[in-house]
Amino acid sequence: MSVLVTRETRVVVQGITGHQGTVHSRQMRDFGTNVVAGVTPGKGGTIIDEVPVFDSVREAVDATHANASCLFVPAPYAKDALLEAVDAGIRLVVIVTEHIPFHDMLVMYHYARSRGTRIIGPNCPGIASPGAAKVGIIPNVVFRPGRVGVISRSGTLTYEIVNGIKEHGLGQSTCIGLGGDPVVGTSFVDALPLFQEDPDTDLVVLVGEIGGTAEEDAADYVRRKFTKPVVAYIAGRSAPPGKRMGHAGAIISRGKGTAETKLAALQGAGAQVARFPYEIPDLVAEIVARGARR
Amino acid sequence: MVKLAEWRGKEVFRKYGVPLPKGAVARSAAEAGALVLDGTVPLPCVVKAQVLAGGRGKGGAVRFAATAAEARTAAEAILGLEFKGERVKEVLLEEKLSLSRELYLSITLDRSARLPVLITSGHGGVEIESVDDAEIDRQHVDPFPGLTSFEKRRVAKVLGLTGGPARSLDRLLESLWRLFQAEDAELVEINPLAVVGDGLVALDAKVIIEDDANFRHPEYAALRDDRTPLEEIAREKDIAFVQLDGNIGVIANGAGLTMATLDVLKEFGGSPGVFLDLGGTDDPRKVTEAFLLMARAKPKAVFLNIFGGVTRCDTVAKGLVDAMGQVPANERFPLVARIRGNNEKEGIEILRAAGVTSIPQLKESAQAVVAAAAGGSA
Repeated sequence: MSVLVTRETRVVVQGITGHQGTVHSRQMRDFGTNVVAGVTPGKGGTIIDEVPVFDSVREAVDATHANASCLFVPAPYAKDALLEAVDAGIRLVVIVTEHIPFHDMLVMYHYARSRGTRIIGPNCPGIASPGAAKVGIIPNVVFRPGRVGVISRSGTLTYEIVNGIKEHGLGQSTCIGLGGDPVVGTSFVDALPLFQEDPDTDLVVLVGEIGGTAEEDAADYVRRKFTKPVVAYIAGRSAPPGKRMGHAGAIISRGKGTAETKLAALQGAGAQVARFPYEIPDLVAEIVARGARR
Repeated sequence: MVKLAEWRGKEVFRKYGVPLPKGAVARSAAEAGALVLDGTVPLPCVVKAQVLAGGRGKGGAVRFAATAAEARTAAEAILGLEFKGERVKEVLLEEKLSLSRELYLSITLDRSARLPVLITSGHGGVEIESVDDAEIDRQHVDPFPGLTSFEKRRVAKVLGLTGGPARSLDRLLESLWRLFQAEDAELVEINPLAVVGDGLVALDAKVIIEDDANFRHPEYAALRDDRTPLEEIAREKDIAFVQLDGNIGVIANGAGLTMATLDVLKEFGGSPGVFLDLGGTDDPRKVTEAFLLMARAKPKAVFLNIFGGVTRCDTVAKGLVDAMGQVPANERFPLVARIRGNNEKEGIEILRAAGVTSIPQLKESAQAVVAAAAGGSA
């Protein structure tokens, strides 16, 4: 078992003929992922590293039974690409593309949800379960099969932390990079139940950032429903006060959104809090050593 | 994000049919006087500094005038003012209306709900942060049906509007909702929204446009003017670059790792001065440009902290070595490097050949750069 992806996951790469699409398709295959198809409108019939390319997601699904998509399409075309994937029946889409306008993402998210498709991202590193599959761009070298789940809003900081867990002699069950955009397809609160249900995950490392209230929402969920141990880290404790989204933004996040409020909420929910990324592996190791479940 | 000055926000409002007071922009006292004399701006009028910061009323940046001469004097006094660090280059002159109520209205994004939210209050004309939570109404709007009639009727009831003002609100909400979507706004705010006679009039306008949608709105991209010159150069090269007060330069990739790096530096007594987020790149020239840009900010020491994913370590190392050769000897600074991840071995080897050692652990490398900035050697 793993979260969301398995050995049976069949991935279509939208935007496979672009540089990043090609490079990361190769790395996903090196990880062991079944990359069964690529899609680039107008490039149907070509082959990229043995992977057949189609003009549309529908054709790719008909020919290869792809059931997940990894999307590298440039921002101005990403909305259409996502809608196309949903329409073709794809139920998991990882959107790597950055700089997608949030107004587009609102339409993408609500459309996907109405059709039962889960989006991870945008502007995210994706999901990986060592030994099963990777859909996204997290470097293969940081992984080692194990029982630690990782849910993160960051990109490279996720790699740093996952790598730290590996260097400490531990391994990961599944790692999800949610992406740091204002509107994301999967939030902490959406991801936590998946790890709660996963028999291969013993504890979860939650990596947040300042801004928004996703970590406070996560803390609330952990307090009420999550029974596995949580180790949390929030990046940006020393960052200068960010640009606020005007007065209305301050109203929405009243009294939330700073590193202090997030850490306090998570601590209050029973999470072990790491002050720096390099404290995470030790905290994880302590929990593993205790072998205790709350 | 692009914050529009009030008068620009009102031009956008006009395009969408939002009712506004009669008014015009002036860039000199003479122009202000002329606008009153030729009847473009009816008397009595308000003269308002066109700056992005709030609190203009209390800060002397809003004045009233009953004659053309007074309008000239008011403009004279406001133009050239330094208001919260911003020089006033324009004033907006508008007819002074007699109003019966001041309301608050805005549309923005509720990130948690993943829905736009329409925020209203019967207490307008003051900073909305100071209004009691119970006096603020929030109405989520689903992008699929869009803003519906029943939602608009509900808001009218919450605000206690009936008859003419309620009909005016219905049209106004429709306009603002279309504007919010079509202009890719992060925020549309009217405070105060005045009840004038039988209708509503937007006395102020705050519009913030999202950067990521610039491909649809090239006209807004040109309006950003809140960057330092180096930040502007960085933007052109697609590098996130922020200048602070400290003396350690940080080059990292990704916002989260950059923030974590700052946290660690602060912990060991370091003071980050410039941070530069390379983002994802596999072009060594971008790394070279980033490093040279960093050199121009004259840091005491630089910390390069890269975790290679899309950005490969050997690419970073090549770009870095190339850049180091281009910095004149008298402008060099200690460099502490930490490169991990994809192609780490190759990158470390390239750096070693150029005399730079990569310190693998975050804690040790951060301590090294803090020591270097304090005058020790890297």
